[in-house]
Amino acid sequence: MNASPQPSDHIVKSYDEELKRLTGEIQRMGEIALAQLNAAIAAVMERDSDAATKIAQSDGAIDSLEHEVSHDVVRLLALRQPMARDLREILAALRIAADIERIGDYAANVAKRSIVLNQSAPVQLTYALPRLARLAEGLVRDVLAAYHDNDADRALAAWARDEELDEQYTGLFRELLTYMMEDPRNITPCTHLLFMAKNLERIGDHATNIAENVYFLVHGEHIAQIRRKGDTTAAISGPAAPK
Amino acid sequence: MTDIQFALSTPLVSAAAAAPTVASEAPKMAARNLDFFYNGFRALKSVNLDIAEKRVTALIGPSGCGKSTLLRIFNRIYSIYPKLDAKGEVLLDGENILDAKYPLNRLRSKVGMVFQKPVPFPMSIYDNIAYGIRHYEKLSRADMDARVEEALRQGALWDEVKDKMRQSALGLSGGQQQRLCIARAVALKPEVILLDEPTSALDPIATGKIEQLVAELKDHYTIAIVTHNMQQAARCSDFTAFMYLGELIEFGATEILFTKPTKKQTEDYITGRFG
Repeated sequence: MNASPQPSDHIVKSYDEELKRLTGEIQRMGEIALAQLNAAIAAVMERDSDAATKIAQSDGAIDSLEHEVSHDVVRLLALRQPMARDLREILAALRIAADIERIGDYAANVAKRSIVLNQSAPVQLTYALPRLARLAEGLVRDVLAAYHDNDADRALAAWARDEELDEQYTGLFRELLTYMMEDPRNITPCTHLLFMAKNLERIGDHATNIAENVYFLVHGEHIAQIRRKGDTTAAISGPAAPK
Repeated sequence: MTDIQFALSTPLVSAAAAAPTVASEAPKMAARNLDFFYNGFRALKSVNLDIAEKRVTALIGPSGCGKSTLLRIFNRIYSIYPKLDAKGEVLLDGENILDAKYPLNRLRSKVGMVFQKPVPFPMSIYDNIAYGIRHYEKLSRADMDARVEEALRQGALWDEVKDKMRQSALGLSGGQQQRLCIARAVALKPEVILLDEPTSALDPIATGKIEQLVAELKDHYTIAIVTHNMQQAARCSDFTAFMYLGELIEFGATEILFTKPTKKQTEDYITGRFG
């Protein structure tokens, strides 16, 4: 059945090897992206500009793995003409690789901004960021594990948790806004923090994309319900204009 | 209305939603509890299958699964051999063609068949087409010419043979011979065309031409095709039936069957996992 976690082997063994190589590349991409994300948060906390520079520079590893995935997908589509679960597996790999690549970009962005942030005095709110980061990191870790185990239930659970991340982000947004209103000298660091928080929130969105693809890969259908969005920052306005 | 208003007001119809999901309510042909015995060996086991009108239905499955047997029952071709026996019903427009009272002549004029290996008669291209027609109808020379041309056009062969109608059909290429056989079947104005692995002996270009032909013919005819080429079944058909060991395992809209089959046996077969 579709929902069986591990399908039996192909008659042509090299087909299995090629599929295994593809999923291996995705796993590797995911591990690097997670490591980058953790290192970026550590660099923010420790105000370590050298470490941040290194993170920004090592984003290329994920990009080149994504190229390998694209190459392998094209090859598999052309040579194997995949059907049913194999087709979904290959499509999911292509999409998930693109999401992981974006996650890597956002982790690198967080690192880059931390270098600028280090030029201002430390801001109290820097400490609110790790919480957001831990949530995002947990989501990414979960969806990658769900991909590894073909576990649609775990993917679905992670998918539902993105809302929490959105709510945290909205809370942080409000706090940063208050800080900026209190003292204009906070505007520069807080703006950087705001972008970093947004990057983390976007990482959560890409994690949900991965969850959706894992679900599709296992069940052959899309997650039907539409996720309620917890990010309501688009509706937050500034202080009323003076009369 | 601006373009953007138009775009927003136009409902989106996905390809999956537009594809047929069930065979039409009144199928052109239908097998009902069909069993078939080769010398006592039960080759088909209680098969129930609808062949939708003016659609292409593909029969797939590993060798020996009974798909060709099923196709051959649809025009009772088995009846020329002794010790073969079909039980159950095959309905054509509601009439049971397995009934001995159903005239074989009538059946063959309604249900045409094309085989794996092209079998042109050892006569001219023109006579290959005219031969069958003469069995059923007396036509004037001019009418016969028109009918032969019409059939060859429907067989997508006219432009290639119009200047050599008196030459032997045996001189045609394999792909042309197969299209000639399709034209020959079409010439009798059948209602159903059965294709038994029609492209397995052809190169990719000739195969492409036959597939294009099938797409054009389905506007006028009900088509059932047996094929070992999974991609061909996926490309050409509206419905697909997967058979295994004489049983119909899964039947449904082709798009669904090849992307999200519900039975493990189907999934294993179409993804090349059958052990």
